[in-house]
Amino acid sequence: MMNQPIFTDNDPQKETFVLNLGPTHPATHGVFQNVLEMDGERIISGVSTIGYIHRAFEKIAEHRPFYQITPLTDRLNYCSSPINNMGWHMTVEKLLGIETPKRVDYLRVIVMELARISDHLICNGILGVDTGAFSGFLYLMQEREHIYEIYEEICGARLTTNIGRIGGFERDFNDIAFEKIKKFLVKFPPILKEFETLFNRNRIFIERTSGVAAVDPETALNYSWSGPILRATGIDYDVRVNEPYSSYQDFDFDIPVGTTGDVYDRFIVRNEEMWQSLRIIEQALEKIKNEPKGIFHADVPEFYLPPKEEVYNSMEALIYHFKIVMGEIDTPKTEVYHAVEGGNGELGFYLVNDGGRSPYRLHFRRPSFINYQMYAPMSAGMLLSDAIINMSSLNVIAGELDA
Amino acid sequence: MGKLNNQQVIQSITAAFGGKISVPTEPYGLLTFETSAENISEVLRFLKEDKVLRFNYLTDITGIHYPEQERSFGVIYHIHSLSNNIRVRIKVFLDGDTPHVPSATTLWEGANWMERETYDFFGIIFDGHPNLARILNVDEMEVFPMRREHPLEDPNRVDKKDYFFGR
Repeated sequence: MMNQPIFTDNDPQKETFVLNLGPTHPATHGVFQNVLEMDGERIISGVSTIGYIHRAFEKIAEHRPFYQITPLTDRLNYCSSPINNMGWHMTVEKLLGIETPKRVDYLRVIVMELARISDHLICNGILGVDTGAFSGFLYLMQEREHIYEIYEEICGARLTTNIGRIGGFERDFNDIAFEKIKKFLVKFPPILKEFETLFNRNRIFIERTSGVAAVDPETALNYSWSGPILRATGIDYDVRVNEPYSSYQDFDFDIPVGTTGDVYDRFIVRNEEMWQSLRIIEQALEKIKNEPKGIFHADVPEFYLPPKEEVYNSMEALIYHFKIVMGEIDTPKTEVYHAVEGGNGELGFYLVNDGGRSPYRLHFRRPSFINYQMYAPMSAGMLLSDAIINMSSLNVIAGELDA
Repeated sequence: MGKLNNQQVIQSITAAFGGKISVPTEPYGLLTFETSAENISEVLRFLKEDKVLRFNYLTDITGIHYPEQERSFGVIYHIHSLSNNIRVRIKVFLDGDTPHVPSATTLWEGANWMERETYDFFGIIFDGHPNLARILNVDEMEVFPMRREHPLEDPNRVDKKDYFFGR
């Protein structure tokens, strides 16, 4: 690969121009602006401008009680909102010392792995579109629709799910939800297989992606990369394994890693992660059978809103309802960091609590934000079209980038 | 994984720095200690380059503001030793209205945007940073919005006055 500028700075023949890629460009999926200095089709240098959809979530979170912060997390990585929701619930549970029952953990694992599949589906489908292969995307979008139908059955929403509550879920999964999950586990693998048949050994796709934007593990670590793009460089860091949350230690799954860290490896790693997610969901469904039925939240009346019928008919439930809504329950004055493996990498929540109604300080460690900072430096020397597919394979989500 | 525990890390850092760091605490098992702006670069470099500890992964840098404290601004580093699977949280508290702290970009390229974000929201100056500009907010902004004195909503806005609502 010729990753060198054609002209040196002193070359009298040097003629460069400035290209504004974005903020709204059909090839950048979201609001990203990159001001690129171009030498023909080759990028010489670039500057990323971000913050176009900054919504001050950290400031808002300082004024919201814990349960009202969940909808904010929806809007971080909106391709896999349930992971963000669960990550936030688990952070608060860690702060409060709530132990969730195993069945809740497994239900959460199912939802989180579905979300991971839908996240990777988008990324790999779009990568296909950006390399000129539209059909794979259409196959996959249909499957994402089925995942959204499962969300709908569980929580009523599709994209910004606000799924679950502190301590568990707002209601148990109904039979239709389980039916749909089982149906998905039967219908999805052949489609993913077909998608892989279209791409994995496709010569045009390989030549288009192999060796593009290759990153070595040292650089990736130096830039604090995490998630599939870090694993594509060969580092097996996965929060689910390193610091198991929500009973991930009970499951048997592999961490796929790449070797070269290029766009092709990232694509393969994401595909393989989808297969692993399917394995995890299958195991979770098996494990749930051995757990007592009907348990969908921890027994923490101080933090889990009681059912409405009880609020109207029982004194105790009314008191708890009032206390939860008014935020009159003592919480420990301390700080906690909790990380989950989001669709794009380590999604961390750093929560400093002063015992009040809302967090004193809440910081989101957003993988897209941290992964994206290498984009402009690594684009130098690339062809513009390579930079485009590099961006789609980084899977930067604007909501998570800007928070 | 998990070859080291917090006690061994505490031993190593107290042997190397002694009085320059505070007594470590372990909220929820995450080793936490404080140091000063003079020593932070040295501490981070030691943790990163020590052959046994190998805290080679910078997870996060963020800020915090306690207006009632004398040293009111804090910078919080989360670093991670991937090979030992252990995390450490380091805090630095800073004086004054334009607090200064050395940049960690010499150790990790990834610190660049994290420090820009912290500067953008808290006004903490990272000395030695290659391009300390605002990142998420507009360049024309004059305040640092995450400081506690700034309310969530603009107090000067008129569209939420009571008389609009018949009150």
